Amino acid sequence: MLTRRFGDFTLAEDAVQEALLAAATQWPRDGTPDNPRGWLIQVAYRRMVEQVRNEQARRNREELAARREPDDRQWAAPADLDLAAERDDTLILLFLCCHPALSPASAVALTLRAVAGLTTAEIAHAFLVPETTMAQRISRAKQRIKGSGVPFRMPDAQDRSRRLEAVLRVLYLIFNEGHTSSAGPRLHRVELAAEAIRLARALHAALPRDSEVAGLLALLLLTEARSPARTGPSGELISLAEQDRGRWDAAAIAEGVALVTAALPRGPVGPYQLQAAIAAVHDEAPTAEQTDWPQILALYGVLERVAPGPVVALNRAVATAMVHGPAAGLEALAALDGDPRMAGHHRLHSARAHLYEMLGDRDRAVEHYRAAAGRTTSLPEQRYLQLRAARLATGVEPARLGP
Amino acid sequence: MKYMLLMQFSAATADFPSIDTWAPDEIKAHIAFMRELNGKLSADGELVDAQGLAGPDQARVVRAAGGGEPLITEGPFAETKEFLAGYWIVDCETPERAVELAAYISTAPGPGGRPLNMPIEVRPVLSAPPVEV
Repeated sequence: MLTRRFGDFTLAEDAVQEALLAAATQWPRDGTPDNPRGWLIQVAYRRMVEQVRNEQARRNREELAARREPDDRQWAAPADLDLAAERDDTLILLFLCCHPALSPASAVALTLRAVAGLTTAEIAHAFLVPETTMAQRISRAKQRIKGSGVPFRMPDAQDRSRRLEAVLRVLYLIFNEGHTSSAGPRLHRVELAAEAIRLARALHAALPRDSEVAGLLALLLLTEARSPARTGPSGELISLAEQDRGRWDAAAIAEGVALVTAALPRGPVGPYQLQAAIAAVHDEAPTAEQTDWPQILALYGVLERVAPGPVVALNRAVATAMVHGPAAGLEALAALDGDPRMAGHHRLHSARAHLYEMLGDRDRAVEHYRAAAGRTTSLPEQRYLQLRAARLATGVEPARLGP
Repeated sequence: MKYMLLMQFSAATADFPSIDTWAPDEIKAHIAFMRELNGKLSADGELVDAQGLAGPDQARVVRAAGGGEPLITEGPFAETKEFLAGYWIVDCETPERAVELAAYISTAPGPGGRPLNMPIEVRPVLSAPPVEV
């Protein structure tokens, strides 16, 4: 009967099985209903409507992703999300899925499944692993949470900021996976960057006064705004300085700038707000030459105090070069040679290569571009570095495809 | 991060007799080890792919000739120093974990049930850049 109504056998079978399961648990407790057959059909019918709706939502999401539209902006809180209880549930679920007992990869998978509502197959596709592997990763994550005995409620006030940090980090990881995987097969891949922005919006809706949550949402919007200009016609990465800024998403930039502008004076200042502020300075420059590098250098100075790390130090050295010249930048980079986290790292080589190129030292630049290309584990980045080296070594500009 | 673990052999590195000279129980134990390993990798949510390859005498080397048509050289290749017997692609949290898995695979049992301690090459699969160091 259900198959006839919906024209889908597998779906109907699943729904009937779930109805039988419900009957097996409810009938012994509540007594057998007067019309058992009618009861079963009713329950299975409701379950099927739900499944069809989920299926429809999934299809819509895939269609949007296929059109590669920034569908996240079409996200609007459903009417029932206005209820504080619903918002709190989303928040508690996020806290639960991003629990510190989980590894980052497990937290990412569980968040996408339980909070974003993606199917296991979609998540497996997005991370290019078999569905069975992803199913195991998710079920182990669930067991781990169950085993840790964490209750489904808001963490205590003192625990909360630490836990929120983990949530922000997981959302950032989801975004980064989507944003940087431009070389992977895009077809039928869920847009992870859009999912991350959607989740960050939901988090911001639940915690509108938290400056770091606003900072993260701003950072994601300001970074994603550049994605139409990040790759060329052959799929090659295009550096920030060489991107066609006319292709940047002006609406996303305006939204990101407004968010971070409102958050920063409210404080307390954190790393996401500062990174968003840096991204905003880049995004607001009409040309690469007009970039306000002194302001970026100042922001990196603050970031280094708030959240010190070798990557921040490296970026600050590059900003130093843009303000005080490549020699000053190279001097700042030299300090990183002693850092075991950075020694021999491809990013140190690629930063040096850029600065030697600025200095006009072609041989050293080529040498460092090649060293960086040999060490990176990112395919698009490897191609980019090889291309830079080839351009310098041969003095030939690659042919531009298309208009 | 994904890693490819390559079971690569050569006359120099395979310091154990070829599998077709082992006793049936020794071969069975070896196969059971591999099956159990793949089951564990899948249950841990780390397995991406695992394949064994036919021997080098089944190999054919193909090159495009002048007009693009295939120019085929049949095996076995006497000059081949190394050949790939099989591989795993695993998705691990850390590079240390990939090394740990390779070391475990290396202990697959051989003659007399003793660990082969065979060489396993660990190579990162090119992907998206990590977020930070």
